[in-house]
Amino acid sequence: MRLPRRHIPTLAGAALFAAMFIAASFRYDHFLTSATLLNLLGDNSFLGIVAVGMTFVILAGGIDLSVGAVVGLSTVVVATLITAHHWPVPAAFAAAIALGALIGAISGSLIHFAGLRPFIATLAAMFLARGLAYLISLKSLPIESDLHTSLAAFAIKLGHVGRLPLTAILLLIAVLGGSYIAVLTPFGRYAYALGGGEEAALLMGVPVGRTKIGLYTLSGALAGLGGVVLTLYSPSGDPSAGVGMELDAIAAVVVGGTLLTGGVGSFPGTLVGVLTIGLIVTIVKNNENLGAGTTRLAIAALLLIFVALQRVLVRLTSGGSHASNAQGRVPDA
Amino acid sequence: MRDTQRSGWGRLRAAPVFWPLVALVALVLLNLAITPNFGRVEIRAGRAFGSFIDILQNGSIVMLLAVGMTLVIAVAGIDLSVGSVMALAATAAALLMTEHHQSLPAVIAGALAAATAVGAFNGLLITRLGLQPIVATLVTLVAARGAAQTLSDDQKVRFESPAFESIFNGLVLAVPTPILLALGLALAVGVVLRTTTLGTDIEAIGTSPRAARLCGLRVHALRILVYAFSGLCAGLAGLVAAADIKEADVGACGLYLELDAILAVVIGGTSLTGGRPRILGSIIGALLMQTLTVMLQMHNVPTEQTLIIKAAVAIAVCMLQSPTLRQRLFRPA
Repeated sequence: MRLPRRHIPTLAGAALFAAMFIAASFRYDHFLTSATLLNLLGDNSFLGIVAVGMTFVILAGGIDLSVGAVVGLSTVVVATLITAHHWPVPAAFAAAIALGALIGAISGSLIHFAGLRPFIATLAAMFLARGLAYLISLKSLPIESDLHTSLAAFAIKLGHVGRLPLTAILLLIAVLGGSYIAVLTPFGRYAYALGGGEEAALLMGVPVGRTKIGLYTLSGALAGLGGVVLTLYSPSGDPSAGVGMELDAIAAVVVGGTLLTGGVGSFPGTLVGVLTIGLIVTIVKNNENLGAGTTRLAIAALLLIFVALQRVLVRLTSGGSHASNAQGRVPDA
Repeated sequence: MRDTQRSGWGRLRAAPVFWPLVALVALVLLNLAITPNFGRVEIRAGRAFGSFIDILQNGSIVMLLAVGMTLVIAVAGIDLSVGSVMALAATAAALLMTEHHQSLPAVIAGALAAATAVGAFNGLLITRLGLQPIVATLVTLVAARGAAQTLSDDQKVRFESPAFESIFNGLVLAVPTPILLALGLALAVGVVLRTTTLGTDIEAIGTSPRAARLCGLRVHALRILVYAFSGLCAGLAGLVAAADIKEADVGACGLYLELDAILAVVIGGTSLTGGRPRILGSIIGALLMQTLTVMLQMHNVPTEQTLIIKAAVAIAVCMLQSPTLRQRLFRPA
């Protein structure tokens, strides 16, 4: 069975992740256990959900810089609605997700109707979302609700293997949902088509405007969900939450094998990317004698080695021309 | 509509610098009207004071960053690491002064060499390893600040050096030197771009790297040069920032300034997908953002809310520049 070329970066990523995991288990005791893997899933669940949304947008050749700010806004909205206005928890969650979707829709509309570049439009949306978050609350707000606390503690027991917390369940649902949409719905196919080339997609009859706005709305909604999940992880609304998260999400998506130029990528790949970033951070943080600066250096070095190795593996297995698209343009951001 | 058919006014309106300049002039006029003491310039103790001076001086750091960023964006790249490189240069200079007691030329040379080296490293990652600019400069963003923190043991480094401060925070004819550095650099780069083939080479690479290579341009070498130069500009900015507070604040120096620089360049008319570098536009863009910030400060708008206003203004200017929107709004005869 020939390996489909488009899956090679993801498989390379998965292989490297496995190698790193096994190498770490020699270094640290009790590392090669299911508990470690489950912890990785749970700790990075909110980043993973945000990264799933980012994958949609990047697949279509765009980018969404506002997701971190939307996460912060979403946590503040949830906290304010539950604590100060005594909304029921599900309603507060829904409101946060809807607000995230609205911000995404604004980004998408700016990009489609006003012709702004995705980088600029979503950068402005980031300022907007962060500003709104600070407008609602300048400080961190605690969330006080019994339902919320029990949701945060909810987990499915997996026999002897361990516990799968609600946050991890939501992450897996997001990844599976993303895969379903990407592979089995026209909307997903349109997203890939846009990434392959917008003019070509337009000529093929792809509803470019609807798809674009829909993708950014979806990214915003998932960022909102990410914020909700973040409140499950640490029950407070913090307007400065999520700062820099968009860059982490982009890194996760790229490490997972999705090309920033669009048209190539997968959602399981993003899951691999998120777990990899989480693993890198875990390994580095586990080493207590590293100072703050050296920790950063170590994370950057590991990330660089990972991405470089991935490119080497891709070149070795597919002959090198994987990186340029039909226009002969070497992909740049 | 061809250029020859447009009237003089029409051609002026179509220049990419037009709308940012209009916005800047409008903002200045607005401030002169509604902000008390805005237009006052006084000279006390041989130093000029006033809002215009504040804008120019506080904006000089972003202007320095924007000059380098203009060239990077013109080759269809991006440099997210400039803020961290600022911190690295500041820390290197401070340590060279305090712990190694080097002479002033050695301090400046060492700091700028470190900054340029990081920039060249970015260029190598992008050209030799084929990493996407966002990913490569994301890695250096983390690594450079990590290196700075490691060098300084995560401490702020204070220094006292009248010679250093006179260069990077001093006065020439009552005008603060950072302003002269920024405007001088912009002028020098603008002249070089116009009088040598460098300007058209950069534009060619940004428009179509493949065609540029087939024309005989040394695309890889020029790209590395551009990123190295961006590092150098960030180094200069870092030295100015350090001289201002007489210390190298490793954690906060240059934090998130890359976004301001990118916004300045985009507002100034250089296309994110690559093309002609517009240095004058970037300067105007940086001044526009700074005027806005000073205006909001003078009206006592809390910092959190300035984010939303900045976003709105940035969107407005970009929308005015966008040909898509202009076609919809001002249907040409």
